[in-house]
Amino acid sequence: MRLGAVISLGLIALGAVMVLLPFVWLVSVSLKPHAEIFTTEVALLPTRPTLANYWTALTETDIPRYLLNGAIVTGSILVLQLAVTVPAAYAMAHRRFPGRRLMFGAVVAALLVPFHVTAIPIFLGFAQLRLLDTYAALILPFMASAFGLFLLRQAFSQIPAELIDAARVDGMSEMGIAWRIAFPLGMPTVIAFAIFSVTAHWNDLFWPLIATTDPGLATPPRGILFFRDQESGDDVGPLMAGATLITVPLILGFLLAQKRFTQGLANTGLKK
Amino acid sequence: MRNRALTDLVLAGPAALVVILFIFLPVAVVFVLAFTDYQVGARSANWIGIENFATLFGSRQGRNALLNTVVYAGIVIPASVGLGLLVAMGLHRLTDILPRLSAVLRTVYFLPVAATLVAMAVSWQMLLHPSLGLINTWMSVLGLAPQQWLSDRGLVLYTLAAIGIWQSVGYNMVLFLAGLATIPTALYDAAAVDGADRGWSRFWTVTWPMLGPTTLFVVIVTAVNAFRVFETVATMTKGGPAFASDTIVYALYREGFVYFKAGYASAITVVFFLALLLLTALQIMLVERRVHYR
Repeated sequence: MRLGAVISLGLIALGAVMVLLPFVWLVSVSLKPHAEIFTTEVALLPTRPTLANYWTALTETDIPRYLLNGAIVTGSILVLQLAVTVPAAYAMAHRRFPGRRLMFGAVVAALLVPFHVTAIPIFLGFAQLRLLDTYAALILPFMASAFGLFLLRQAFSQIPAELIDAARVDGMSEMGIAWRIAFPLGMPTVIAFAIFSVTAHWNDLFWPLIATTDPGLATPPRGILFFRDQESGDDVGPLMAGATLITVPLILGFLLAQKRFTQGLANTGLKK
Repeated sequence: MRNRALTDLVLAGPAALVVILFIFLPVAVVFVLAFTDYQVGARSANWIGIENFATLFGSRQGRNALLNTVVYAGIVIPASVGLGLLVAMGLHRLTDILPRLSAVLRTVYFLPVAATLVAMAVSWQMLLHPSLGLINTWMSVLGLAPQQWLSDRGLVLYTLAAIGIWQSVGYNMVLFLAGLATIPTALYDAAAVDGADRGWSRFWTVTWPMLGPTTLFVVIVTAVNAFRVFETVATMTKGGPAFASDTIVYALYREGFVYFKAGYASAITVVFFLALLLLTALQIMLVERRVHYR
């Protein structure tokens, strides 16, 4: 048994090294001077590490622009999703309106629809409206988050009805209850959803590839491909530095708030 | 009364509107377009019945994309679920002995899930570079022949599958760890009394049956994500060389948004969607049956 434990630990550690390999390689190459990248004696780690590639990536390429676009797009998506979702989830959980069950059923059905399925009609519609190649094109389709509606409705249902009634007696408006009672009480779920949403849209390539052709609007993954396809294969160092830079925000968030991140990404199972 | 209805409308109306506009309406449109020859930008379109579907299932290229996706999923699902389970069981046991180390390893395995896949694909591409990459350098140190990992037609799909496994093991591990945490230790004690006190017999009498629902969920999630493979294909191979790594979602993207064949791409979308729905239905059926047997 002891021996078995040691062997299994050894194998798991070996696996972990393999999992880490592309991360180590990404950072390592980004720190290598040009001559160490283009050599026949490839080494895992740089012998004379330099930050020159980061300097190039930040001053001579559009990487900062891509990062900014990523922040604008993911931030706007999250704000709009919450603005639409919080009142509706509150209504589904605590108000009895005609069509309430139909609406919840529709939300569950919509959960089954991956974004890929809606891409062609949304693209055609945006083309008609001349919305392609705008921030709006990158943001608007994701306002409709069946997943957010489902998750928040479940969370808000846990809030005791007496609490809501008390707020009503105090003369609070329904919108006020949604935002000042339900929203803060559902905060753990809101945060899990926020992490899921930001991760999904920061990392998304499919829709930005379709909705935009203007490099000025590129989100980080789209931007890194623009960068790679422009250069002649000679800018590997800055490319890897750029790829590191776009990965850092989420990895940092993950390392700092690991538990919440794991919850946000794991509990949200089917909807990636 | 009118006031109440107005409040409901203000609260739930916008959400209902965007869900219809951006989810249900597009789904309906895609099912209609799939039976037309509509081209992006064209003024009109013709009904062509099931011709798009016939092309997808009948042409070499269409069948190739479907087959590649099935092969990719056929490798990624068992490998990623199996490895996820093994790592989770190892870490679960390690938590009692070395909690710190166990937590660190868990973090490491989960990293690829949080990382930007396109950036990691750029790193993989460089690792697998025929002459400047680390993998081939190590291969030759070990006395093995260097490979064209991403440009060899016979190899490229397997390379992508390996990366797919790399990306999803940590996710499955987290789900399995949650499942393992819910197994009461009393069950292991009871099994020990019956003689199943170690290794495999412990696994088959307690762990595996108790993990049943978790495993089912993990398999379905992995399958759904494997069928959706896109980022690594778009970043590293663009479906090539010679369509050797073409997959269903990449074909959808190429036909619809590179060649602007909206009708044909819609048919691909419909097939993709129905396959995913079938998987979900299967999951629900299996869960129901499990509940009835108890």
